Amino acid sequence: MKTKMLSDRGIALLFILPTILILVFIVVYPLIWSLFLSFTDYSVVGTEKPHFIGIKNFANILKDEYIWLHFQNTAKYVIMAIAIQFFLGLGIALLLNREFAGRGILLTLVLSPMMLSPIVVGLFWRYILDANWGVLNYFTSLIGLPKIAWLGEKEMAMYALVIVDTWMWTPFMILISLAGLSAVPKELYEAAEVDRASTWFKFRHITLPLIAPLLLVGLLFRTMDAFRMFDLAWGLTQGGPGTATSTISIALYRMAFQNFETGKACAFAYIILILIIGMSNIYIRFLNRLQKRGG
Amino acid sequence: MKIFLTILIILIVAIYIFPLFWMVSSSFKTRVEIFSMPPKFFNFEVTFKNFRRVFYKIAGWGKFAKEVPSEFPRALLNSSIITILSTLLAVTLGTLSGYAFSRFEIPGKSDLLFFILSTRMLPAMVIVVPVFIMYKTLGLFNTYLGMVILYTVFNLSFSVWMMKGFMDEIPKEYEEAAMCDGYTRFQAFRKIILPQTYAGIAATAVFCGIMAWNEYVFALILTSEETKTVPPTIAGNVLKTTGVNWGEVAAASLIFLAPVLIFTFLVRKHLLRGVTFGTIKG
Repeated sequence: MKTKMLSDRGIALLFILPTILILVFIVVYPLIWSLFLSFTDYSVVGTEKPHFIGIKNFANILKDEYIWLHFQNTAKYVIMAIAIQFFLGLGIALLLNREFAGRGILLTLVLSPMMLSPIVVGLFWRYILDANWGVLNYFTSLIGLPKIAWLGEKEMAMYALVIVDTWMWTPFMILISLAGLSAVPKELYEAAEVDRASTWFKFRHITLPLIAPLLLVGLLFRTMDAFRMFDLAWGLTQGGPGTATSTISIALYRMAFQNFETGKACAFAYIILILIIGMSNIYIRFLNRLQKRGG
Repeated sequence: MKIFLTILIILIVAIYIFPLFWMVSSSFKTRVEIFSMPPKFFNFEVTFKNFRRVFYKIAGWGKFAKEVPSEFPRALLNSSIITILSTLLAVTLGTLSGYAFSRFEIPGKSDLLFFILSTRMLPAMVIVVPVFIMYKTLGLFNTYLGMVILYTVFNLSFSVWMMKGFMDEIPKEYEEAAMCDGYTRFQAFRKIILPQTYAGIAATAVFCGIMAWNEYVFALILTSEETKTVPPTIAGNVLKTTGVNWGEVAAASLIFLAPVLIFTFLVRKHLLRGVTFGTIKG
Protein backbone atom coordinates (compact mmCIF):
# COMPACT_ATOMS: atom_id res chain seq x y z
CA MET A 1 0.00 0.00 0.00
CA LYS A 2 1.24 3.40 -0.96
CA THR A 3 0.17 5.04 2.27
CA LYS A 4 2.74 2.96 4.14
CA MET A 5 5.43 5.09 2.63
CA LEU A 6 3.91 8.32 3.82
CA SER A 7 5.72 10.32 6.46
CA ASP A 8 3.81 12.13 9.19
CA ARG A 9 4.16 15.26 7.13
CA GLY A 10 2.63 13.56 4.12
CA ILE A 11 -0.31 12.25 6.12
CA ALA A 12 -0.91 15.64 7.69
CA LEU A 13 -1.03 17.20 4.25
CA LEU A 14 -3.22 14.44 2.83
CA PHE A 15 -5.68 14.75 5.71
CA ILE A 16 -5.93 18.53 5.78
CA LEU A 17 -5.65 19.55 2.15
CA PRO A 18 -9.11 18.39 0.98
CA THR A 19 -10.75 20.40 3.76
CA ILE A 20 -8.82 23.56 2.95
CA LEU A 21 -9.34 23.20 -0.80
CA ILE A 22 -13.09 22.76 -0.59
CA LEU A 23 -13.38 25.73 1.79
CA VAL A 24 -11.34 27.90 -0.56
CA PHE A 25 -13.43 26.79 -3.53
CA ILE A 26 -16.84 27.42 -1.94
CA VAL A 27 -16.11 30.24 0.51
CA VAL A 28 -13.00 32.20 -0.39
CA TYR A 29 -13.26 32.21 -4.17
CA PRO A 30 -16.88 33.45 -4.29
CA LEU A 31 -16.03 36.10 -1.72
CA ILE A 32 -13.24 37.45 -3.93
CA TRP A 33 -15.59 37.39 -6.90
CA SER A 34 -18.27 39.28 -4.98
CA LEU A 35 -15.71 41.85 -3.80
CA PHE A 36 -15.14 42.61 -7.46
CA LEU A 37 -18.89 42.77 -8.16
CA SER A 38 -19.47 45.11 -5.23
CA PHE A 39 -17.74 47.85 -7.24
CA THR A 40 -19.99 47.28 -10.26
CA ASP A 41 -23.63 47.78 -11.28
CA TYR A 42 -24.05 44.08 -12.11
CA SER A 43 -27.43 42.37 -12.01
CA VAL A 44 -27.86 38.60 -12.46
CA VAL A 45 -31.09 39.06 -14.40
CA GLY A 46 -29.68 41.71 -16.72
CA THR A 47 -27.90 41.00 -20.00
CA GLU A 48 -25.31 43.74 -19.51
CA LYS A 49 -21.75 43.04 -18.45
CA PRO A 50 -20.72 44.52 -15.09
CA HIS A 51 -19.63 48.17 -15.28
CA PHE A 52 -17.13 49.53 -12.81
CA ILE A 53 -18.77 52.29 -10.75
CA GLY A 54 -16.23 52.75 -7.95
CA ILE A 55 -17.48 52.96 -4.38
CA LYS A 56 -20.93 54.19 -5.39
CA ASN A 57 -22.67 51.05 -4.02
CA PHE A 58 -21.03 51.42 -0.63
CA ALA A 59 -21.73 55.14 -0.49
CA ASN A 60 -25.38 54.62 -1.44
CA ILE A 61 -25.90 51.98 1.21
CA LEU A 62 -24.26 53.96 3.98
CA LYS A 63 -26.34 57.04 3.07
CA ASP A 64 -29.59 55.08 2.79
CA GLU A 65 -31.89 55.73 5.76
CA TYR A 66 -34.00 52.77 4.73
CA ILE A 67 -31.08 50.41 5.21
CA TRP A 68 -30.20 52.10 8.48
CA LEU A 69 -33.69 51.14 9.63
CA HIS A 70 -32.79 47.46 9.16
CA PHE A 71 -29.74 47.86 11.35
CA GLN A 72 -31.92 49.44 14.02
CA ASN A 73 -34.42 46.55 13.79
CA THR A 74 -31.61 44.03 14.08
CA ALA A 75 -30.11 45.80 17.10
CA LYS A 76 -33.51 46.03 18.79
CA TYR A 77 -34.18 42.34 18.24
CA VAL A 78 -30.69 41.18 19.23
CA ILE A 79 -30.59 43.19 22.45
CA MET A 80 -34.10 42.26 23.60
CA ALA A 81 -33.83 38.59 22.71
CA ILE A 82 -30.36 38.05 24.13
CA ALA A 83 -31.05 39.87 27.40
CA ILE A 84 -34.27 37.93 28.05
CA GLN A 85 -32.71 34.60 27.09
CA PHE A 86 -29.69 35.20 29.28
CA PHE A 87 -31.63 35.85 32.48
CA LEU A 88 -34.36 33.34 31.76
CA GLY A 89 -31.80 30.69 30.84
CA LEU A 90 -29.80 31.25 34.01
CA GLY A 91 -32.95 31.31 36.13
CA ILE A 92 -34.34 28.08 34.70
CA ALA A 93 -30.93 26.43 35.00
CA LEU A 94 -30.77 27.34 38.70
CA LEU A 95 -34.22 25.83 39.07
CA LEU A 96 -33.39 22.63 37.20
CA ASN A 97 -29.99 22.18 38.85
CA ARG A 98 -31.28 19.60 41.31
CA GLU A 99 -32.21 15.95 41.28
CA PHE A 100 -35.83 15.06 40.61
CA ALA A 101 -37.72 12.22 39.01
CA GLY A 102 -37.62 12.19 35.20
CA ARG A 103 -35.06 14.98 35.04
CA GLY A 104 -33.18 13.51 32.07
CA ILE A 105 -36.17 13.18 29.77
CA LEU A 106 -37.73 16.49 30.83
CA LEU A 107 -34.45 18.29 30.25
CA THR A 108 -34.11 16.80 26.78
CA LEU A 109 -37.66 17.93 25.96
CA VAL A 110 -37.01 21.46 27.21
CA LEU A 111 -33.76 21.64 25.25
CA SER A 112 -35.15 20.24 21.99
CA PRO A 113 -36.54 23.47 20.41
CA MET A 114 -33.05 24.71 19.57
CA MET A 115 -32.46 21.66 17.39
CA LEU A 116 -35.54 22.27 15.24
CA SER A 117 -35.62 23.94 11.85
CA PRO A 118 -36.00 27.70 12.48
CA ILE A 119 -38.07 28.26 9.34
CA VAL A 120 -40.59 25.59 10.30
CA VAL A 121 -40.73 26.92 13.87
CA GLY A 122 -41.39 30.43 12.53
CA LEU A 123 -44.10 29.20 10.19
CA PHE A 124 -45.95 27.18 12.81
CA TRP A 125 -45.87 30.02 15.34
CA ARG A 126 -47.87 32.07 12.84
CA TYR A 127 -50.76 29.78 13.70
CA ILE A 128 -50.15 29.98 17.46
CA LEU A 129 -49.94 33.79 17.34
CA ASP A 130 -52.87 34.33 14.98
CA ALA A 131 -55.10 37.19 16.15
CA ASN A 132 -58.40 35.33 15.73
CA TRP A 133 -57.85 31.63 16.24
CA GLY A 134 -54.36 31.65 17.72
CA VAL A 135 -54.04 29.67 20.93
CA LEU A 136 -51.86 32.31 22.61
CA ASN A 137 -54.60 34.92 22.42
CA TYR A 138 -56.96 32.33 23.87
CA PHE A 139 -54.68 31.88 26.88
CA THR A 140 -54.24 35.62 27.40
CA SER A 141 -58.00 36.14 27.10
CA LEU A 142 -58.45 33.70 30.01
CA ILE A 143 -56.68 36.19 32.26
CA GLY A 144 -58.73 39.04 30.84
CA LEU A 145 -56.34 40.55 28.31
CA PRO A 146 -57.73 41.87 25.00
CA LYS A 147 -56.95 40.17 21.70
CA ILE A 148 -53.58 41.16 20.33
CA ALA A 149 -52.78 41.23 16.62
CA TRP A 150 -49.29 39.83 17.27
CA LEU A 151 -48.21 39.73 13.67
CA GLY A 152 -50.40 42.54 12.37
CA GLU A 153 -49.15 45.49 14.41
CA LYS A 154 -45.69 46.95 14.00
CA GLU A 155 -44.83 47.18 17.68
CA MET A 156 -46.26 43.75 18.50
CA ALA A 157 -44.57 41.96 15.60
CA MET A 158 -41.16 42.75 17.05
CA TYR A 159 -42.26 41.38 20.44
CA ALA A 160 -43.69 38.32 18.71
CA LEU A 161 -40.35 37.70 17.04
CA VAL A 162 -38.57 38.04 20.38
CA ILE A 163 -41.07 35.67 22.05
CA VAL A 164 -40.59 32.95 19.44
CA ASP A 165 -36.82 33.42 19.43
CA THR A 166 -36.86 33.16 23.20
CA TRP A 167 -38.85 29.94 23.07
CA MET A 168 -36.41 28.50 20.60
CA TRP A 169 -33.08 29.71 22.02
CA THR A 170 -33.44 30.01 25.80
CA PRO A 171 -32.63 26.25 25.89
CA PHE A 172 -29.18 27.13 24.63
CA MET A 173 -28.58 29.42 27.61
CA ILE A 174 -30.12 26.83 29.95
CA LEU A 175 -27.70 24.21 28.64
CA ILE A 176 -24.67 26.49 29.02
CA SER A 177 -25.72 27.67 32.47
CA LEU A 178 -26.37 24.10 33.66
CA ALA A 179 -22.91 23.05 32.49
CA GLY A 180 -21.42 25.90 34.49
CA LEU A 181 -23.47 25.14 37.58
CA SER A 182 -22.65 21.44 37.62
CA ALA A 183 -18.93 22.27 37.57
CA VAL A 184 -19.03 24.33 40.76
CA PRO A 185 -17.38 22.27 43.54
CA LYS A 186 -19.90 21.33 46.25
CA GLU A 187 -17.29 21.90 48.98
CA LEU A 188 -17.43 25.63 48.37
CA TYR A 189 -21.11 25.73 49.27
CA GLU A 190 -20.52 23.54 52.31
CA ALA A 191 -17.81 25.90 53.50
CA ALA A 192 -20.11 28.87 53.00
CA GLU A 193 -22.85 27.02 54.86
CA VAL A 194 -20.57 26.72 57.90
CA ASP A 195 -20.21 30.51 57.81
CA ARG A 196 -24.02 30.81 57.52
CA ALA A 197 -23.82 32.67 54.26
CA SER A 198 -27.12 33.74 52.70
CA THR A 199 -28.37 32.19 49.45
CA TRP A 200 -27.75 35.47 47.63
CA PHE A 201 -24.22 35.72 49.06
CA LYS A 202 -23.46 32.18 47.87
CA PHE A 203 -24.81 32.93 44.41
CA ARG A 204 -23.03 36.27 44.13
CA HIS A 205 -19.64 35.24 45.52
CA ILE A 206 -19.34 31.53 44.68
CA THR A 207 -21.61 30.59 41.78
CA LEU A 208 -21.47 33.68 39.61
CA PRO A 209 -17.68 34.17 39.41
CA LEU A 210 -17.22 30.49 38.56
CA ILE A 211 -19.85 30.30 35.83
CA ALA A 212 -19.22 33.77 34.37
CA PRO A 213 -16.72 32.68 31.67
CA LEU A 214 -19.11 30.02 30.37
CA LEU A 215 -22.05 32.41 30.40
CA LEU A 216 -19.98 34.84 28.36
CA VAL A 217 -19.28 32.15 25.76
CA GLY A 218 -23.00 31.47 25.58
CA LEU A 219 -23.76 35.16 25.15
CA LEU A 220 -21.21 35.50 22.35
CA PHE A 221 -22.57 32.47 20.51
CA ARG A 222 -26.11 33.78 20.77
CA THR A 223 -25.19 37.32 19.73
CA MET A 224 -23.43 36.13 16.59
CA ASP A 225 -26.32 33.85 15.72
CA ALA A 226 -29.00 36.44 16.37
CA PHE A 227 -27.15 39.09 14.41
CA ARG A 228 -27.31 37.08 11.19
CA MET A 229 -30.69 35.43 11.80
CA PHE A 230 -32.92 35.06 8.74
CA ASP A 231 -35.02 31.87 8.80
CA LEU A 232 -37.06 32.44 11.92
CA ALA A 233 -38.07 36.02 11.06
CA TRP A 234 -38.74 35.07 7.46
CA GLY A 235 -41.02 32.23 8.52
CA LEU A 236 -42.82 34.28 11.12
CA THR A 237 -43.25 37.72 9.56
CA GLN A 238 -41.22 37.95 6.35
CA GLY A 239 -39.96 41.20 7.85
CA GLY A 240 -43.43 42.68 8.14
CA PRO A 241 -45.72 44.33 8.74
CA GLY A 242 -44.04 46.94 6.57
CA THR A 243 -40.42 46.77 7.68
CA ALA A 244 -41.16 46.38 11.40
CA THR A 245 -39.24 43.12 11.80
CA SER A 246 -37.02 43.33 8.76
CA THR A 247 -33.47 42.46 9.85
CA ILE A 248 -30.30 43.05 7.84
CA SER A 249 -30.39 39.49 6.49
CA ILE A 250 -33.92 40.04 5.21
CA ALA A 251 -32.93 43.39 3.65
CA LEU A 252 -30.01 41.67 1.93
CA TYR A 253 -32.27 38.89 0.65
CA ARG A 254 -34.73 41.37 -0.83
CA MET A 255 -31.95 43.41 -2.42
CA ALA A 256 -30.24 40.41 -3.96
CA PHE A 257 -33.09 38.09 -4.90
CA GLN A 258 -36.20 40.24 -5.24
CA ASN A 259 -34.76 43.47 -6.70
CA PHE A 260 -31.77 41.65 -8.25
CA GLU A 261 -29.41 44.52 -7.48
CA THR A 262 -26.54 42.06 -7.40
CA GLY A 263 -23.67 44.55 -7.31
CA LYS A 264 -25.26 46.59 -4.56
CA ALA A 265 -26.13 43.43 -2.62
CA CYS A 266 -22.49 42.32 -2.79
CA ALA A 267 -21.44 45.67 -1.33
CA PHE A 268 -24.06 45.33 1.41
CA ALA A 269 -22.89 41.79 2.10
CA TYR A 270 -19.35 43.09 2.52
CA ILE A 271 -20.45 45.75 5.00
CA ILE A 272 -22.18 43.02 7.05
CA LEU A 273 -19.13 40.83 6.66
CA ILE A 274 -16.82 43.49 8.11
CA LEU A 275 -19.13 43.84 11.10
CA ILE A 276 -19.20 40.06 11.57
CA ILE A 277 -15.42 39.81 11.30
CA GLY A 278 -15.09 42.48 13.98
CA MET A 279 -17.47 40.61 16.25
CA SER A 280 -16.05 37.16 15.61
CA ASN A 281 -12.55 38.42 16.31
CA ILE A 282 -13.54 39.29 19.83
CA TYR A 283 -15.27 35.97 20.10
CA ILE A 284 -12.47 33.86 18.67
CA ARG A 285 -9.89 35.54 20.89
CA PHE A 286 -12.06 34.70 23.84
CA LEU A 287 -12.49 31.05 22.83
CA ASN A 288 -8.77 30.79 22.31
CA ARG A 289 -8.07 32.02 25.81
CA LEU A 290 -10.65 29.68 27.26
CA GLN A 291 -9.23 26.67 25.43
CA LYS A 292 -5.72 27.44 26.62
CA ARG A 293 -6.95 27.60 30.17
CA GLY A 294 -8.92 24.37 29.80
CA GLY A 295 -5.87 22.66 28.31
CA MET B 1 -41.07 26.10 49.15
CA LYS B 2 -40.52 22.70 47.62
CA ILE B 3 -44.08 22.55 46.27
CA PHE B 4 -43.68 26.02 44.82
CA LEU B 5 -40.49 25.00 43.00
CA THR B 6 -42.13 21.83 41.70
CA ILE B 7 -45.05 23.82 40.31
CA LEU B 8 -42.64 26.27 38.70
CA ILE B 9 -40.69 23.45 37.04
CA ILE B 10 -43.89 21.85 35.76
CA LEU B 11 -45.02 25.21 34.38
CA ILE B 12 -41.77 25.81 32.52
CA VAL B 13 -41.73 22.31 31.06
CA ALA B 14 -45.37 22.77 30.02
CA ILE B 15 -44.62 26.06 28.24
CA TYR B 16 -41.74 24.42 26.43
CA ILE B 17 -43.65 21.38 25.35
CA PHE B 18 -46.90 23.12 24.48
CA PRO B 19 -46.05 24.33 20.94
CA LEU B 20 -44.94 20.79 20.04
CA PHE B 21 -48.06 19.33 21.61
CA TRP B 22 -50.10 21.86 19.66
CA MET B 23 -48.43 20.81 16.42
CA VAL B 24 -49.22 17.15 17.11
CA SER B 25 -52.85 17.80 18.04
CA SER B 26 -53.41 20.21 15.12
CA SER B 27 -52.14 17.64 12.67
CA PHE B 28 -54.99 15.31 13.67
CA LYS B 29 -57.77 17.94 13.55
CA THR B 30 -60.34 18.59 10.87
CA ARG B 31 -60.34 21.94 9.11
CA VAL B 32 -63.25 23.13 11.23
CA GLU B 33 -61.66 22.22 14.53
CA ILE B 34 -58.34 23.83 13.58
CA PHE B 35 -60.12 27.17 13.64
CA SER B 36 -62.49 26.53 16.53
CA MET B 37 -62.54 29.07 19.33
CA PRO B 38 -62.15 28.24 22.17
CA PRO B 39 -59.48 25.87 20.87
CA LYS B 40 -59.95 22.15 21.38
CA PHE B 41 -57.11 20.56 23.31
CA PHE B 42 -58.12 16.93 23.68
CA ASN B 43 -61.83 16.57 22.88
CA PHE B 44 -61.61 16.66 19.10
CA GLU B 45 -62.41 14.13 16.44
CA VAL B 46 -59.19 12.47 15.27
CA THR B 47 -58.62 12.50 11.51
CA PHE B 48 -55.70 11.30 9.42
CA LYS B 49 -56.76 13.34 6.41
CA ASN B 50 -54.08 15.98 6.95
CA PHE B 51 -51.36 13.39 6.59
CA ARG B 52 -52.97 12.07 3.42
CA ARG B 53 -53.13 15.64 2.05
CA VAL B 54 -49.42 16.07 2.72
CA PHE B 55 -48.68 13.30 0.25
CA TYR B 56 -51.65 13.64 -2.11
CA LYS B 57 -53.11 16.98 -3.08
CA ILE B 58 -56.40 17.65 -4.80
CA ALA B 59 -56.16 18.73 -8.43
CA GLY B 60 -59.10 20.23 -10.31
CA TRP B 61 -62.51 21.34 -9.06
CA GLY B 62 -65.93 19.87 -8.61
CA LYS B 63 -66.46 16.49 -10.22
CA PHE B 64 -63.09 16.67 -11.97
CA ALA B 65 -61.27 16.83 -8.64
CA LYS B 66 -58.89 13.96 -8.09
CA GLU B 67 -55.97 13.10 -5.88
CA VAL B 68 -52.51 13.50 -7.36
CA PRO B 69 -49.16 13.04 -5.60
CA SER B 70 -47.93 16.29 -4.02
CA GLU B 71 -44.37 17.62 -4.18
CA PHE B 72 -43.77 16.63 -0.55
CA PRO B 73 -42.55 13.03 -1.04
CA ARG B 74 -40.05 14.24 -3.62
CA ALA B 75 -38.87 16.97 -1.22
CA LEU B 76 -38.49 14.37 1.53
CA LEU B 77 -36.41 12.23 -0.79
CA ASN B 78 -34.29 15.23 -1.84
CA SER B 79 -33.72 16.24 1.76
CA SER B 80 -32.68 12.69 2.65
CA ILE B 81 -30.26 12.31 -0.28
CA ILE B 82 -28.61 15.69 0.28
CA THR B 83 -28.45 15.28 4.06
CA ILE B 84 -26.99 11.77 4.01
CA LEU B 85 -24.36 12.40 1.34
CA SER B 86 -23.22 15.76 2.69
CA THR B 87 -23.05 14.37 6.23
CA LEU B 88 -20.91 11.43 5.09
CA LEU B 89 -18.54 13.77 3.29
CA ALA B 90 -18.34 16.38 6.04
CA VAL B 91 -17.69 13.77 8.72
CA THR B 92 -15.08 11.93 6.66
CA LEU B 93 -13.14 15.10 5.86
CA GLY B 94 -13.64 16.36 9.40
CA THR B 95 -12.32 13.13 10.94
CA LEU B 96 -9.18 13.18 8.81
CA SER B 97 -8.49 16.88 9.39
CA GLY B 98 -9.43 16.62 13.04
CA TYR B 99 -6.87 13.86 13.50
CA ALA B 100 -4.14 15.79 11.68
CA PHE B 101 -4.86 18.95 13.68
CA SER B 102 -4.87 16.97 16.90
CA ARG B 103 -1.63 15.08 16.35
CA PHE B 104 0.78 16.88 14.05
CA GLU B 105 2.83 20.03 14.25
CA ILE B 106 1.47 22.07 11.39
CA PRO B 107 2.84 25.49 10.53
CA GLY B 108 0.24 28.15 11.27
CA LYS B 109 -2.02 25.56 12.91
CA SER B 110 -4.08 27.89 15.09
CA ASP B 111 -4.54 30.34 12.20
CA LEU B 112 -5.75 27.53 9.97
CA LEU B 113 -8.14 26.27 12.64
CA PHE B 114 -9.58 29.73 13.10
CA PHE B 115 -9.84 30.23 9.37
CA ILE B 116 -11.91 27.05 9.29
CA LEU B 117 -14.06 28.25 12.18
CA SER B 118 -14.54 31.67 10.63
CA THR B 119 -16.17 30.15 7.54
CA ARG B 120 -19.00 29.18 9.86
CA MET B 121 -19.40 32.67 11.31
CA LEU B 122 -20.37 34.08 7.94
CA PRO B 123 -24.07 34.73 7.53
CA ALA B 124 -25.51 32.30 4.98
CA MET B 125 -27.09 35.25 3.19
CA VAL B 126 -23.66 36.83 2.60
CA ILE B 127 -22.18 33.66 1.10
CA VAL B 128 -25.20 32.74 -0.96
CA VAL B 129 -25.05 35.78 -3.28
CA PRO B 130 -21.64 34.94 -4.80
CA VAL B 131 -22.28 31.19 -4.60
CA PHE B 132 -25.50 31.70 -6.56
CA ILE B 133 -23.57 33.44 -9.36
CA MET B 134 -20.85 30.78 -9.31
CA TYR B 135 -23.34 27.90 -9.36
CA LYS B 136 -25.21 29.46 -12.29
CA THR B 137 -21.95 29.70 -14.24
CA LEU B 138 -20.74 26.20 -13.37
CA GLY B 139 -24.10 24.53 -13.93
CA LEU B 140 -24.32 23.48 -10.27
CA PHE B 141 -27.54 25.42 -9.66
CA ASN B 142 -30.42 23.10 -8.79
CA THR B 143 -28.30 19.93 -8.75
CA TYR B 144 -27.72 17.33 -6.04
CA LEU B 145 -23.98 17.72 -6.52
CA GLY B 146 -24.15 21.47 -5.88
CA MET B 147 -26.26 21.08 -2.76
CA VAL B 148 -24.14 18.21 -1.40
CA ILE B 149 -20.94 20.25 -1.85
CA LEU B 150 -22.53 23.28 -0.24
CA TYR B 151 -23.86 21.42 2.79
CA THR B 152 -20.54 19.62 3.18
CA VAL B 153 -18.80 23.00 3.37
CA PHE B 154 -21.53 24.34 5.62
CA ASN B 155 -20.82 21.54 8.13
CA LEU B 156 -17.11 21.12 7.58
CA SER B 157 -15.83 23.63 10.13
CA PHE B 158 -18.11 22.13 12.75
CA SER B 159 -17.02 18.61 11.92
CA VAL B 160 -13.30 19.48 12.03
CA TRP B 161 -13.60 21.19 15.40
CA MET B 162 -15.75 18.46 16.92
CA MET B 163 -13.49 15.65 15.72
CA LYS B 164 -10.35 17.46 16.83
CA GLY B 165 -11.94 17.69 20.28
CA PHE B 166 -12.67 13.95 20.36
CA MET B 167 -9.20 13.06 19.05
CA ASP B 168 -7.56 15.29 21.67
CA GLU B 169 -9.12 13.11 24.35
CA ILE B 170 -7.34 9.96 23.17
CA PRO B 171 -3.82 9.72 24.66
CA LYS B 172 -0.99 10.01 22.14
CA GLU B 173 0.64 6.99 23.81
CA TYR B 174 -1.91 4.67 22.15
CA GLU B 175 -0.59 5.10 18.66
CA GLU B 176 3.00 5.54 19.85
CA ALA B 177 2.78 2.08 21.38
CA ALA B 178 1.27 0.69 18.19
CA MET B 179 3.99 2.26 16.09
CA CYS B 180 6.61 0.67 18.35
CA ASP B 181 4.96 -2.66 17.49
CA GLY B 182 5.60 -2.00 13.82
CA TYR B 183 2.39 -0.27 12.76
CA THR B 184 2.78 2.58 10.33
CA ARG B 185 1.24 5.92 11.31
CA PHE B 186 -1.65 5.29 8.91
CA GLN B 187 -2.34 1.81 10.30
CA ALA B 188 -2.19 3.16 13.84
CA PHE B 189 -4.76 5.78 12.89
CA ARG B 190 -7.05 3.31 11.18
CA LYS B 191 -6.82 0.38 13.58
CA ILE B 192 -6.21 2.05 16.95
CA ILE B 193 -7.52 5.60 16.91
CA LEU B 194 -10.51 5.38 14.60
CA PRO B 195 -12.32 2.63 16.57
CA GLN B 196 -11.91 4.77 19.72
CA THR B 197 -13.74 7.67 18.14
CA TYR B 198 -16.75 5.84 16.72
CA ALA B 199 -19.06 7.36 19.34
CA GLY B 200 -17.67 10.80 18.61
CA ILE B 201 -18.05 10.30 14.88
CA ALA B 202 -21.65 9.20 15.36
CA ALA B 203 -22.45 12.26 17.47
CA THR B 204 -20.77 14.59 14.98
CA ALA B 205 -22.68 12.97 12.14
CA VAL B 206 -26.00 13.43 13.93
CA PHE B 207 -25.34 17.16 14.44
CA CYS B 208 -24.19 17.62 10.85
CA GLY B 209 -27.23 15.73 9.63
CA ILE B 210 -29.63 17.83 11.68
CA MET B 211 -28.05 21.06 10.46
CA ALA B 212 -28.21 20.01 6.82
CA TRP B 213 -31.79 18.71 7.25
CA ASN B 214 -32.92 22.03 8.79
CA GLU B 215 -31.11 24.37 6.42
CA TYR B 216 -33.30 26.86 4.57
CA VAL B 217 -31.43 29.82 3.01
CA PHE B 218 -29.22 27.88 0.59
CA ALA B 219 -32.06 25.55 -0.32
CA LEU B 220 -34.42 28.47 -0.97
CA ILE B 221 -32.04 30.18 -3.37
CA LEU B 222 -30.08 27.35 -4.96
CA THR B 223 -32.75 24.73 -5.61
CA SER B 224 -35.74 24.61 -7.87
CA GLU B 225 -38.39 21.94 -8.41
CA GLU B 226 -36.11 18.93 -8.98
CA THR B 227 -33.87 19.25 -5.93
CA LYS B 228 -36.03 21.32 -3.58
CA THR B 229 -35.76 20.12 0.02
CA VAL B 230 -38.50 20.07 2.67
CA PRO B 231 -37.95 23.48 4.39
CA PRO B 232 -38.54 25.61 1.27
CA THR B 233 -41.41 23.30 0.28
CA ILE B 234 -43.28 23.80 3.56
CA ALA B 235 -42.41 27.52 3.55
CA GLY B 236 -43.69 27.89 -0.01
CA ASN B 237 -46.98 26.24 0.96
CA VAL B 238 -47.51 28.65 3.84
CA LEU B 239 -46.09 31.89 2.44
CA LYS B 240 -47.59 31.65 -1.04
CA THR B 241 -51.14 30.66 -0.17
CA THR B 242 -53.97 32.56 1.45
CA GLY B 243 -56.18 30.63 3.85
CA VAL B 244 -53.44 28.24 4.93
CA ASN B 245 -54.70 24.86 6.12
CA TRP B 246 -52.79 24.66 9.37
CA GLY B 247 -53.70 21.01 9.91
CA GLU B 248 -51.77 20.07 6.79
CA VAL B 249 -48.88 22.37 7.70
CA ALA B 250 -48.75 20.80 11.16
CA ALA B 251 -48.78 17.30 9.66
CA ALA B 252 -45.99 18.10 7.19
CA SER B 253 -43.95 19.85 9.90
CA LEU B 254 -44.42 16.92 12.23
CA ILE B 255 -43.17 14.42 9.66
CA PHE B 256 -40.21 16.71 9.05
CA LEU B 257 -39.37 17.41 12.71
CA ALA B 258 -39.87 13.88 14.10
CA PRO B 259 -36.47 12.53 12.99
CA VAL B 260 -34.76 15.59 14.48
CA LEU B 261 -36.46 15.01 17.84
CA ILE B 262 -35.47 11.35 17.81
CA PHE B 263 -31.85 12.09 16.95
CA THR B 264 -31.69 14.91 19.50
CA PHE B 265 -32.73 12.39 22.11
CA LEU B 266 -29.99 10.02 20.96
CA VAL B 267 -27.22 12.64 21.24
CA ARG B 268 -28.55 14.31 24.39
CA LYS B 269 -25.30 13.59 26.25
CA HIS B 270 -23.33 15.47 23.60
CA LEU B 271 -25.70 18.43 23.24
CA LEU B 272 -23.46 20.93 25.02
CA ARG B 273 -20.47 19.93 22.98
CA GLY B 274 -22.48 20.01 19.79
CA VAL B 275 -23.88 23.49 20.19
CA THR B 276 -20.51 24.98 21.19
CA PHE B 277 -18.39 23.51 18.41
CA GLY B 278 -16.71 21.04 20.74
CA THR B 279 -15.12 23.88 22.68
CA ILE B 280 -16.97 23.03 25.87
CA LYS B 281 -16.93 19.38 26.85
CA GLY B 282 -20.05 18.24 28.64
